[in-house]
Amino acid sequence: MTRFSAGTHPLLGRRALLKAIVAGAGVAAVPGLAACGSDGGGAATDAVSFGNNQSDQVPKDAITAVLKAFEGESGLKVAINTKQHEQYQEQINNYLQGKPDDVLSWFAGYRMRFFAEKGLTGDLSEVWSKVSGGYEPALKEASTASDGKQYLIPFVQYPWGVFYRKSVWQQRGYEQPKTLDELVALATKMRADGLVPIAFAQKQGWPGMGTFDQLNFRLNGYQFHVDLMAGKEDWQGPKVREVFDTWKRLLPLHQENALGRDWQEAAQALQQGKAGMYLLGSFVAQQFKGPDLDDLDFFPYPEINPEHGQDTVEAPIDGFMMSRKPANPEGARKLLEYLSTPAAQLAYLKADPSQIPTSNKADTSGYTPLQKKSAQVIKDAAHITQFLDRDTDPRFASDAATNGLNAFIQNPDDLDSILKGMADQAKTIFSE
Amino acid sequence: MTALDSPAKPAGASAPSPTSRRGRRRRATALAPRDKLVLGLMLGVPSLLHLALVWVPALGSVGLSFSSWDGIGGFADIDWVGFQNYVDIFTRYPRFWPAVQHNLIWLLFLLVVPTVAGLLLAVLLDRQLRFGRIYQSALYLPMVVSLALVGFIWQLIYQPEQGLLNNVLGTASTDPVNWLGDPDINLYAVLVAAGWRHTGYVMLLYLAGLKSVDPALKEAAALDGANAWQTFFRVTFPVLKPVNVVVLVVTVIEGLRAFDIVYVINKGRNGLELLSVLVTDNIIGESSRIGWGSALAVVLLLISLGFIITYLFQVFREEERT
Amino acid sequence: MTLAFRPARVALHAFLVLTCLATLAPLLWALYASLRTYDDTARNGYFSVAESLTLDNFTTAWTQADLPHYYLNTLIVTVPALVLVLLLSSMVAYGVSRFGFRFNVALLMLFTAGNLLPQQVIVTPLWRLYLLTPLPSWLSDSGMLLDSQLGLVLIHVAFQSGFCVFVLSNYMKTIPRELGEAARVDGAGVFRQYWQVILPLCRPALAALATLEFTWIYNDFLWALVLIQTGEKMPITSALQNLKGTFFVDNNLVAAGSLLVALPTLVVFFVLQRQFIGGLTLGSTKG
Repeated sequence: MTRFSAGTHPLLGRRALLKAIVAGAGVAAVPGLAACGSDGGGAATDAVSFGNNQSDQVPKDAITAVLKAFEGESGLKVAINTKQHEQYQEQINNYLQGKPDDVLSWFAGYRMRFFAEKGLTGDLSEVWSKVSGGYEPALKEASTASDGKQYLIPFVQYPWGVFYRKSVWQQRGYEQPKTLDELVALATKMRADGLVPIAFAQKQGWPGMGTFDQLNFRLNGYQFHVDLMAGKEDWQGPKVREVFDTWKRLLPLHQENALGRDWQEAAQALQQGKAGMYLLGSFVAQQFKGPDLDDLDFFPYPEINPEHGQDTVEAPIDGFMMSRKPANPEGARKLLEYLSTPAAQLAYLKADPSQIPTSNKADTSGYTPLQKKSAQVIKDAAHITQFLDRDTDPRFASDAATNGLNAFIQNPDDLDSILKGMADQAKTIFSE
Repeated sequence: MTALDSPAKPAGASAPSPTSRRGRRRRATALAPRDKLVLGLMLGVPSLLHLALVWVPALGSVGLSFSSWDGIGGFADIDWVGFQNYVDIFTRYPRFWPAVQHNLIWLLFLLVVPTVAGLLLAVLLDRQLRFGRIYQSALYLPMVVSLALVGFIWQLIYQPEQGLLNNVLGTASTDPVNWLGDPDINLYAVLVAAGWRHTGYVMLLYLAGLKSVDPALKEAAALDGANAWQTFFRVTFPVLKPVNVVVLVVTVIEGLRAFDIVYVINKGRNGLELLSVLVTDNIIGESSRIGWGSALAVVLLLISLGFIITYLFQVFREEERT
Repeated sequence: MTLAFRPARVALHAFLVLTCLATLAPLLWALYASLRTYDDTARNGYFSVAESLTLDNFTTAWTQADLPHYYLNTLIVTVPALVLVLLLSSMVAYGVSRFGFRFNVALLMLFTAGNLLPQQVIVTPLWRLYLLTPLPSWLSDSGMLLDSQLGLVLIHVAFQSGFCVFVLSNYMKTIPRELGEAARVDGAGVFRQYWQVILPLCRPALAALATLEFTWIYNDFLWALVLIQTGEKMPITSALQNLKGTFFVDNNLVAAGSLLVALPTLVVFFVLQRQFIGGLTLGSTKG
């Protein structure tokens, strides 16, 4: 709110405020502050606050455009509170207990249930009763907590897969690998051709979880993934061990120094044709523009264990929750309802076509080839997972899992002690 | 440098007492009731604020360190687990010992490199020197830049392909060193940045200390045929003892507080773990583990208190003596 | 002596010039990067001669990251905190340095030690305390101390008062006691002695502390990171993380943004250098 007043009359606004502060700074510091803080206090009923975790420029502009459209349609004002993507997640616990915004960005899966079951987010069954026709049952299930009520409105979804540039592959005659051995053979060939076979970045701490997940459910199947994430399986057991052993075999084919690189930089290596492929979510397309974007394609991770084939796809759902005591519950529900519409989702994706809508009513005719493929891959899958850090206890994901994977990537030979550390922490956390 | 002569002044007009130079109780009783009230308020309000927002929470951390709590709900939801958190942290938390080790390296580095560099520069600048002020300004300029910003600015230097350092070394295109990504070296890379900021501070403290060295002493030593080294170690350095203590404490506190710079660079992971980061991760992270984080905070508190008490002892003992 | 050892002098100057250049190098490098265009550095790399220099990155950073807004956030916190911390600390310093009473050394030790505690030791219970302290909406639009600028001001005041009390009490001890006594004989109460006699005499120390505390409060990162929940209310130093997301992969913009964020402290440093240095040495070389 201060932002707009300062924005429209930059000098005037700031100077007036400055005066107020200086005048009030002495004994009357407190009222001076209040004058600045409560600018928009009286407008509670026609305003909805919105907690946004899309801090990168492209998605941030996209969500802003959607909310603008909602403002036009509903007559409500939306106050956007943007926080840096990773910071938003780290502070979610304090944020939800403090003074959260009415509607706020979050993810499906265990990660949503954890906070719903703590009573920190609002029941959305009422909204769901109106919008459930627009969602496949799997999406409803992903939005439901253990009490049978819904706490999330799905917005967009994106599959994880192995991304590559068609032109580069055509030129060199590469073919999509169907099995792990073919993948290794291809990667080895790429290296001989002077490419970095598999782009890789782990500075942000989570992208490597994607690699773990793919290897894990390809090797051990969907159910094992679910049980491991729920703390019912042993991190020191042979099955997890095999995942890491496989990864260790692949690690030399990955881009070096992953721990010092952001995923955006790895994506640029792919975009510049320096890297042959990159396992990531389809949001990788945010780093591609124009003709480069048309050149981007992907395939699901190759089969490793014939028993499970390619039956599982990791396709996290991003959506919105409502805080437990929204300042404007009516407005919040209205906004959530709006966000469930194909119109809102498509409007968002127009600026960021790297993902697909979750609404089954969305008009698919305008999809980019990448979106068509994403939708197809998700539709074909027998099982959908969210992501390691969305499918397990946040206390385990953000500390033990992140740092365990980092340690492995750094020193794959220390596997024994790393797995022991992860197992110990899993036991502590899941028994608490 | 200060306060040396004030107690020698007459101890008060109302009731100068020959038996008590400081006249403590006597003075207090001599105040009018209204003055007493005013003085009580002047001392009481700030003290209450300080106690309530600094010491009460610090004790609160100690209390919470015996609990297992996800930080959600009221105090009734807290499970008390005794020393379990400490046992777990010492025995099965893989990040703990590396963090302690990094903190120690951090301390050691800051105590040696910026201190020696700062002292050297202070000695060099402690003379009539053309451009002396300009040199000084340049050297302590980094001090005003926040540690968070230091993290940002130094990333421009340390980037593998585009950074200044690898390009100057000529390794950028061939085999770039990943200064911040390689956990074997990133701690030292960050320490150079932290030391960069700290050196100016140390130099400043020593410069002030050196100004208080009586030039006559140095001249006398020079007349006795002592060379510059001997003069420094026999005459100057002993006089600097109080400054040394201050530098020690400032450095230790700086070392234990270190947080912003690693947090900005990579959230304090992958070779940059520090105790302060572990505390922060566990209490403000998505995974709120209040008891666990508080126990880590108490470890940090105990280490700090050791140094704080040493410092207070040093400072206030001198006060008593004077 | 200065004339006798000319070669030594030259070597000394050469050494100092090199050291200063090395010290300034990171900032100069950031400045250089910030003055170049994205196309230029993308094509030629950063380690190259600039094709052209421009201030565009600064204007872009200024508007795109909405810097004026964050400067203002910082100002809203820093100015009241600065005034309050100096006021409250000088009162305590006055009390402990001018009057003998049973607990004055203990009180001084408490303040001094409190200032040396690591912030992480305090932050969890403080967060909870702030969450549980309701405030009327005219004081804080979040309805509590958490996520309010007032809360941020208070913790800065409480935490920084340790250092200020220590420095000011040392300073006040150097003021001859007769000065206060004279006013007292004239019938001035305790507060008037403080306000009209002692405080004006402390002006140099207060100026020094103000400069120093401005820098410290401006540079705070953790308090706001934890105690402010609304991205829009973040002071500029803690908002850096957001800026990074906004600028991603454009190092020239990151450099420009960083320098803009550092600018106020750099200006204060250059304008008030004497006070800044005075503050540091006042506090630390006592004894």
